[in-house]
Amino acid sequence: MNYLVDEKGFYGDFGGAFIPEMLHANIEELRNHYMGIIYDPDFQDEMQDLLKNYVGRPSPLYHAKRMSKHFGTTIYLKREDLNHTGAHKINNTIGQILLAQKLGKKRIIAETGAGQHGVATATVCALMGLECIVYMGEVDIARQAPNVSRMRMLGAEVRPATSGSKTLKDATNEAIRDWINNPTDTHYIIGSVVGPHPYPDMVARFQAIISKEMRWQLKEQTGSELPDIIIACVGGGSNAAGAYYHYLDEPDVRLIAVEAAGLGIHSGESAATSVLGSKGIIHGSRTLLMQTDDGQIVEPYSISAGLDYPGIGPMHAHLIDSGRAEAVSVTDDEALDSAFLVTRLEGIIPALESAHAFAAMDKIKYNADDTVVINLSGRGDKDLSTYIKKLDQA
Amino acid sequence: MNRIDQLFQAKKDHILNIYFTAGFPNLDDTVTIIKTLDHAGADMIEIGMPYSDPMADGPTIQESGSKAIANGMTLSTLFQQLKDIRKETQIPLLFMGYLNQMMQYGVDKFLQGCTAAGIDGLIIPDLPVDIYESELKDKIAGSGLHIIFLITPQTSEDRIRKIDALAGGFIYMVSSASITGAKSGISDEQTKYFERVNAMNLKNPRLIGFGISNHQTFETACQYADGAIIGSAFIRHLGQNQNRVQEATREFVEGILEKSEA
Ligand SMILES: Cc1ncc(COP(=O)(O)O)c(C=O)c1O
Repeated sequence: MNYLVDEKGFYGDFGGAFIPEMLHANIEELRNHYMGIIYDPDFQDEMQDLLKNYVGRPSPLYHAKRMSKHFGTTIYLKREDLNHTGAHKINNTIGQILLAQKLGKKRIIAETGAGQHGVATATVCALMGLECIVYMGEVDIARQAPNVSRMRMLGAEVRPATSGSKTLKDATNEAIRDWINNPTDTHYIIGSVVGPHPYPDMVARFQAIISKEMRWQLKEQTGSELPDIIIACVGGGSNAAGAYYHYLDEPDVRLIAVEAAGLGIHSGESAATSVLGSKGIIHGSRTLLMQTDDGQIVEPYSISAGLDYPGIGPMHAHLIDSGRAEAVSVTDDEALDSAFLVTRLEGIIPALESAHAFAAMDKIKYNADDTVVINLSGRGDKDLSTYIKKLDQA
Repeated sequence: MNRIDQLFQAKKDHILNIYFTAGFPNLDDTVTIIKTLDHAGADMIEIGMPYSDPMADGPTIQESGSKAIANGMTLSTLFQQLKDIRKETQIPLLFMGYLNQMMQYGVDKFLQGCTAAGIDGLIIPDLPVDIYESELKDKIAGSGLHIIFLITPQTSEDRIRKIDALAGGFIYMVSSASITGAKSGISDEQTKYFERVNAMNLKNPRLIGFGISNHQTFETACQYADGAIIGSAFIRHLGQNQNRVQEATREFVEGILEKSEA
């Protein structure tokens, strides 16, 4: 089976570009040019140079020995938390800012939930001297204050999204509307493998560096490029897409997609899209999303602002639907517990999003002689206030 | 014959198409607004199906949709409200909404509901022409409903021709690169675009929408097309007159038409 996008922009029945005519010219321009630009040798040289010398790649693949002993198997951590700005998000923004320059765009817009993608976008805009506007839900602005300050210091304008539920999905709507109103000079740097084709494919290609490095790093350390299991958390799905990418056609490598269950899958306060969602259209893509019987998109909940998106990228909808990836869901409390476990076992404070990936170890079956790679998508600095609250309760 | 086609055969200019959001300002205003628009002189009505995430709409229409959803509006309620509408009026009626709503309700059931209620056309802004062609054309065309497509100043000539070939009823000329309710007034650049499209000899008539808000902008739009579509300005007026919806509707249409009969 083909797990990558087909020539029409679909992953099986998922994907496509369900956009109003007002966006057609923008999306068509991207669709016609993205592959040519990305695989131009000069572009690749420039991007590889920035990824190495600015972002700090390759990110280490670390054999977590105490954690391996704790779980009784062999665990490696892919250290995306060590990237500049503290998460995998910058792999994508570096690629897209270079692409925006090649397209002659002068103005950059982005959406953000937790603020990690907003910071990664503001960072590359500062680096390239481009105007940057980040849409962020009013509710998220209030709960992610340190990242708002970082974006402002970097010179970005943070515009509150005041419509709907005032969180990530509404920030995405506002960014799309901005793009409709500014069709010629603006590039929209979307933050995950979501949105209309070609975004899911393009963002996956920029994140694919994660699994590309994993292959040679595993070979170096274990003698084989193939792990038995790869675990990644899924908000929109960009870090997971990057961690899976070069293993999609290796059927012996199990792919685990970890979703946020919030207060519990059936609590009414959850973001476990693959369990609670149904097929529909969100932000220009046909995928799985959480909605009412009447087709109104539901506001999800998770303690982790980077995972409370009501959809998942179309590639993941297809991977899960076809059985290639296994979906696992993890509650707020389970994620918090495993954040502390990782910190105390390995001296690494993970982002709350990544903590969900670790918690999946308690939910999946594995063997003692397996090699498991957990994608440590980001560091936990931004989540300290949540962690401290938990410490104070204990 | 479809009522939209009848209208364009009978009337060649100054066609006034008014949009409102079903369930706004009050859940049960739908039938009152339709009847009053008709009596006051509107020629066609777009009934907005309120949606949580209306990508192509500005704050005015989005907020009216949120209010309508909070009031309890659903597609089943809307169909229920419209079940006897054809005993009251023969004005062409269109539904405007997003593809997810149709999918979730069930495309076949939705189309049956439309036919039973006497709906004449659909405007689904996030249904692209190519998907329409490959997935929905047979069903929608088979139901007798017209599908209305949008074009913008960025739409290429080839694409306009393709849209003209697939569309029925009329073509919705979006006046500028924008979401609904964003800009007002009509610039020289826009009139050049209208003239360029007019020179193409398309088979479908055209209505201009987005940014039409009063008598003057309606008149200007009518110089370049068969008529115009007004949405956000009407929603704003209803929002300011929640307790006198019928009068507010009448005075709004009269204000737009002012001298245009002359
Ligand atoms: C550290 C981290 N991991 C994961 C995510 C989830 O996004 P995605 O599923 O696109 O990787 C985020 C989003 O903000 C994040 O900051």
